Amino acid sequence: MADMKVAAYICQGCGLGERLDTANLAKVAQKEGKAQVVKEHPFLCNAEGVAMIRNDIDNDAVTHVMIAACSRRAKTEAFGFTDVALSRANLREGVIWIRPDDEASRETTQEMAEDYVRMGCAEVKKMKLPEIDPAAVTERRMLVVGGGISGMTAALEASKAGYQVVLVEKTGALGGWGAKLYKRSPSKSPYADPQSTGVDEMVAAINSDSNIKVYTNAITSKIEGAPGRFIAEISTESGPTATETVGSIVQATGFTLYDANNLPELGYGKSANVVDQAGLEALAKAANGGAIKRPSDGGEVKTVVFVQCAGQRDETGKHLPYCSGSCCLTSVKQAMYFKDQNPDVDTVVIYTDLRMPGNGEDFYRSGQTKGVTFTKGKVSSVEATGNTCKVNFQDLILDDQTAIENADLVVLATGQVANSGVDVDAKLKAEIAAAAGDNTLLDAYNASQTEGAVKPISVLNLTYRQGPDLPQLKYGFTDSHFICFPYETRRTGIYSAGPVRRPMDIVQAMEDSTGAAMKAIQAIENAALGRAAHPRSGDLSFPKVRIEGCTQCKRCTVECPFGAIDEDEKRYPLFNQARCRRCGTCMGACPVRVISFENYSVDTVGSQLKAVDVPDEFSEKPRILILACENDAYPALDMAAMNREVYSAWVRVIPVRCLGSVNTIWITDALNSGYDGVMMLGCKHGDDYQCHFVKGSELASYRMSKVGDTLQGMGLEPERVQVFEAAITDIERLPRLINEYSDQIAALPPSPFKGF
Amino acid sequence: MSIEKYRRNFLKEVEERVEEGHWVKMCMQCGVCAGSCPLGPHWEHTPQKIFMMIRAGKREEVLTSDSMWMCTSCYNCIVRCPRKLPITHIMHGLAYLAKREGLVPKNQPTAQFGQMFWDNLVKTGRVNELKLSLGMYFKDGFGQGIKNAMAMQSVGLGMMKAKRLNPMEIMGGHGIKDKSGFSAMLKKARELEDARRKLA
Ligand code: SF4
Ligand code: SF4
Ligand code: SF4
Ligand code: SF4
Repeated sequence: MADMKVAAYICQGCGLGERLDTANLAKVAQKEGKAQVVKEHPFLCNAEGVAMIRNDIDNDAVTHVMIAACSRRAKTEAFGFTDVALSRANLREGVIWIRPDDEASRETTQEMAEDYVRMGCAEVKKMKLPEIDPAAVTERRMLVVGGGISGMTAALEASKAGYQVVLVEKTGALGGWGAKLYKRSPSKSPYADPQSTGVDEMVAAINSDSNIKVYTNAITSKIEGAPGRFIAEISTESGPTATETVGSIVQATGFTLYDANNLPELGYGKSANVVDQAGLEALAKAANGGAIKRPSDGGEVKTVVFVQCAGQRDETGKHLPYCSGSCCLTSVKQAMYFKDQNPDVDTVVIYTDLRMPGNGEDFYRSGQTKGVTFTKGKVSSVEATGNTCKVNFQDLILDDQTAIENADLVVLATGQVANSGVDVDAKLKAEIAAAAGDNTLLDAYNASQTEGAVKPISVLNLTYRQGPDLPQLKYGFTDSHFICFPYETRRTGIYSAGPVRRPMDIVQAMEDSTGAAMKAIQAIENAALGRAAHPRSGDLSFPKVRIEGCTQCKRCTVECPFGAIDEDEKRYPLFNQARCRRCGTCMGACPVRVISFENYSVDTVGSQLKAVDVPDEFSEKPRILILACENDAYPALDMAAMNREVYSAWVRVIPVRCLGSVNTIWITDALNSGYDGVMMLGCKHGDDYQCHFVKGSELASYRMSKVGDTLQGMGLEPERVQVFEAAITDIERLPRLINEYSDQIAALPPSPFKGF
Repeated sequence: MSIEKYRRNFLKEVEERVEEGHWVKMCMQCGVCAGSCPLGPHWEHTPQKIFMMIRAGKREEVLTSDSMWMCTSCYNCIVRCPRKLPITHIMHGLAYLAKREGLVPKNQPTAQFGQMFWDNLVKTGRVNELKLSLGMYFKDGFGQGIKNAMAMQSVGLGMMKAKRLNPMEIMGGHGIKDKSGFSAMLKKARELEDARRKLA
């Protein structure tokens, strides 16, 4: 870039002119901010104001722009200058809207505004215009792993959108679980009867689609690369290994029914007349519309008992603890197989709670209309005698230990277990639990690693340093942000869909795979432009590392939540820009601070916090630094401002990409410069995390738990640094929290570091 | 009839022989009816339980229960049932079936009152309110009858003043004109109902 020329623009609109001394702000920008061009404007975001800035950039060689007006989250289109480095000082939501409009507050409000102008100028001077990732490559094809209903849906939808697809199926034929079904639960109004699965039509559509290339009896034996340039090796049983380059990947590897052999008390394995839901589908397929026969002797079936939650929602720790969310629907459907053929067959569904997602409620009602009997109860055992079974259960409504005798067939709803690969986090999780005193996970992990033990087989076989598969949740389903980005896994450009993501039925799986296919397309398009995926979609910056300073500590590699960092031959971190989400967690982690982004670095934030004018210890004006997550906490503060919630004038807020990007040097710097307290606002972490970068806020709170020693060394009270969890809905809570914290800090003696 | 547990035999009987009985299978056991009934806590079985018992094939227990006799027809349950079951009607229907099957619990006051009302009505074709209330007061013996009458004295006097009760009715009271036509009508109605509900 040519010589740096900084311009500061101070807006007087939206009441800023009346509430603040903008002439003084301009003076601050010029004298302390060292801006070469400083202009006030009565209405900066209107066409004329924007044209003024545009003109300065085009004709006055301005390279760095600081806009002191509204929040950086407002007027993004008007102020979207992409050809200069740009920073925003938030005087509207950050100052005048959260301060009372009275004489007493005038001075502190003006001080706040002046600080934000200083901070904006300091920040922009450290920023550079991001260059586009030189490694950006575009491969527009998509890889879909898994040829069941989910995988086929993803492939067909991607093809319809004009993308080429490589579909890899492990078995000899497409169709997956769907192909084993006699019929499926209804997908359209009136949701009354089982309908054809549609699998044959889907297979035919795929076979006649020139956009879709299918490999059967094949696995992805190796995948390397990044979004836009993945190279997948596909090993087929017979032929040689094929290599396909693809831009993004959808994993739709589905589920397996929980093994009913684990349930001998429910008669499985003891009587041929006790089957799981797959067993019943097979019987129905064989009957093909005729009467379903009793397996043991081909006798007539007069009574069928459906046992819900067989080995599910289990509290003993022996079976699946979760609800599979689809087996209730399946049992209603299967009961209808009998009822529709012969209404006199007794079909009893024993359930503890009937769970009918979506339009399943209508299907349930239809089952009742057809005379399926529903009984709230808990089955304790199934006894097999001759060609019938006795189902012992507790009737939960009648509070009665009772039994159904002479059942010809018992169907166990055993639920879904994800077909995912190696749990790449297992060891890490086990180690964390062990550190907290719980060794069970670690023992289990060690046992799973012993020689001769059956180890889980990798599905994707990624060459990522962080492991060959997608990180999983507690029960083996792939991890994804359950609120904001359901299909996104922690491997950028790789999406998971269908029951491998969470248990679900066909309707949901098809919707899911369509969503995942659309996200995979976005990933391809973003990769082509060198842009980040969500939540910083459009961001062109990427982490740069000053390798000469790197000590090879590998913290960045380990802590990157997205597996974006490999190692090169010399064991230095090798950043894969296209996999990176630009969270900055690596930057926060690096002890020698050699990682930075052009527009976000240890320096851009560090200079901002140092630009604040910290009053001396006699002024009775404490200073508190707030580092707020830009995804939740900062928007919540903006919304609080829209509601005119008032909060302390002692705080100075700096938005951060993620708490994970907070480098402890910022905390030390702040304390050394005389701040009285530091408050960090990040997203919820833990099992039901809401952190947009999955691990960032967790890592931050872990790092901050270690800050105590530093504080002690400096002779400071531990409460001077605190981390809080915040959600975007905390519009009223955050101002309250800030005020409480501010009072707490004001009650402490002033920081001894003031004035140094 | 031998009824196997959790088979449809009794449910089928209820569907055929009880007014609105075909609705019983639609109950989803949410318990809203049980929670809505002002008398619920005093019943042996809530409607929710009665419906479950029907499905469980507990014929004897259902028909000898006094729950359906306790229904005051307030319609709270019908208004609230998310499945729109005509619960009040089913309860009355069940009471009727119990009565026809001779399974009404002994000394069930509502059942007794119903019988008295019926006998009173068919005699003259009109309800003789004086006789009906006196019958009701004295059903548990003379002493209790006097006590009841004393307790209700002011109500009785009030009704007399308002011409809602005529002391002369004690003499036999007046009836309708065509009494035999009336009994023929009742007989026919019963025949029709029996045929419809497959009652003997
Ligand atoms: S869907 Fe139904 S049977 Fe399956 S686990 Fe959930 S509640 Fe149990
Ligand atoms: S930690 Fe975040 S910013 Fe750093 S490489 Fe990983 S995804 Fe990118
Ligand atoms: S965290 Fe920093 S020092 Fe450590 S390996 Fe990464 S870049 Fe190198
Ligand atoms: S409210 Fe209706 S559906 Fe619910 S238990 Fe009562 S009758 Fe059944």
